[in-house]
Amino acid sequence: MVTDVDTRAREVVEGVEDPELPYVTIGDLGMVRDVQADGTQITVKLTPTYTGCPATEQIRDDVCVALADAGYDADVSFVLSPPWTTDWITEVGREKLTKAGIAPPHQAGDGHETRLDLPVACPRCGSRHTKRYGDFGSTACKTNFVCESCREPFELFKAL
Amino acid sequence: MSGPTDNSPLLTYVLRQGDRSLVLAQRLLENVAHAPELEEDMALGNIALDLIGQARLLYTYAGEIDGEGNDENHYAYWRDDTDFTNPLLVEQPNGDFAHLVTRQFLYDAFAAPFWAALAMSSDESLAAIAAKAVKETAYHLRHSRGWMIRLGDGTDESHQRMQAAVDQLWRFTDELFEQDAVEEGLQAGGVAPDMEALRAQWTATVDAVLAEATLTHPEDSTMRNGGRRGAHDEPFSFLIGEMQVVARAHPGASW
Repeated sequence: MVTDVDTRAREVVEGVEDPELPYVTIGDLGMVRDVQADGTQITVKLTPTYTGCPATEQIRDDVCVALADAGYDADVSFVLSPPWTTDWITEVGREKLTKAGIAPPHQAGDGHETRLDLPVACPRCGSRHTKRYGDFGSTACKTNFVCESCREPFELFKAL
Repeated sequence: MSGPTDNSPLLTYVLRQGDRSLVLAQRLLENVAHAPELEEDMALGNIALDLIGQARLLYTYAGEIDGEGNDENHYAYWRDDTDFTNPLLVEQPNGDFAHLVTRQFLYDAFAAPFWAALAMSSDESLAAIAAKAVKETAYHLRHSRGWMIRLGDGTDESHQRMQAAVDQLWRFTDELFEQDAVEEGLQAGGVAPDMEALRAQWTATVDAVLAEATLTHPEDSTMRNGGRRGAHDEPFSFLIGEMQVVARAHPGASW
C-alpha cells in the first residue's frame, strides 16, 4: 500500500529534530511541505525557515539519514514558495517551545513592523511584565527578553 | 544573442540584489567582536546572516537562470571586484559605530519598501525570497532606527558623530534608486518594482527618523554612483579579496 509508505515516511521526516532547537521537530515547525513515496524512493520537499539560518543544510542531511535508517532512499529538496512563516508552527510545537523556556511567536501576519512590539508573556511564570533587552538572540530565530516579575532572562521566537 | 528567451536582464537583476546584500553582510561581519556591547555583536552577526541568506538564495536562483551550472559559490567567490554590481553605500568601509549604524539605517529604510514591493513580483522565486526578506528587514530597521534616535538625540559627542556620518554617507543614497534598461524592461512584465516609486517611502522614513534624532541631512550633496557598473572605491577590492582568498586558494574544497 503506497499510502502506508507515504504515512510512515512522513512520520519519519516530521520526527527529525531541529539541530539548533532539539526540543522541537521539523514537523512541529511546519517545514515539511510534501512527502511522496515511489517504492522505497522518498521525495521530500521542505521549506527553509529563516533566510540566514545556518541549520538548513544540516536539516537536509538529518532527513536523509533518518530516512536511510528507516530503509528508504531519500531525495530532499527545498521549496521557497510559498515562503515559510512562524504561523505554520503547530500548536504542539508552540507548547514544546514554551516548555523549553522560549516564548512562542506572535501571529506574523504580513510582518508589518508595528507588530514587532506586542506584549510577550514570560514562558516560566506567565507574567506579561517583560522587557526586550536585545533585538537579536543566540540564533537567527530568537530575540532576548527578561521577565521583570521572576527576573529570569528568556528568549522570544521571532514572528516571521 | 538576445531573443525572446534571453534571460540576461533577469540574471543581471538578480545578481544586483544578491551583490547588495552580500557586500553589506561582509562589511558588518568585519565589525563583529568590535561592537560597543555583546548584544550588539549578536545583532550585527544576525543581521549579516540574514543578508548572506538573501544573497545565497538570489545567487542560487541566478545559477538556475543562467543555465551554466553555476552554484551560489561561483557568484560570491569567482567573480572579480569589478563584476560586483552593489551600490557604493553598502561597501563603504567601517568607521566608528555612528557610521556603521547610519549606513545600516539608510540601507534598511530602503530595503523595507524594496522587498515589500518585490514580494509582489510576477516572478515566483523573487516574490518568495522577498516575502521572507521583508519580514526580516522589519527587525533590522527597528534596530538601526533605534540607534539613530538614541545616538542622534544623545550626548553632544554622539550627536556630533551621527551628524558627521549622515553628512558623509548621504552622497551614496541616490544610487539605491538608480534604474536602467534592465529594471525598466523587467518592470514592464511586473517582475521588478519601479525604484522611483520607492523613493517617497524611503524619504518619509528617513525624514521622520532624522527629525526625531535631531539630525539633518545635507541639501546640496553631489551624489555619487558607479557601483552598479562595477566602478567601486579602492577599499572594495580589499574587502572582496579577503572574502574570496580561502575559496580561491583551495578551489572546490569542502568541509
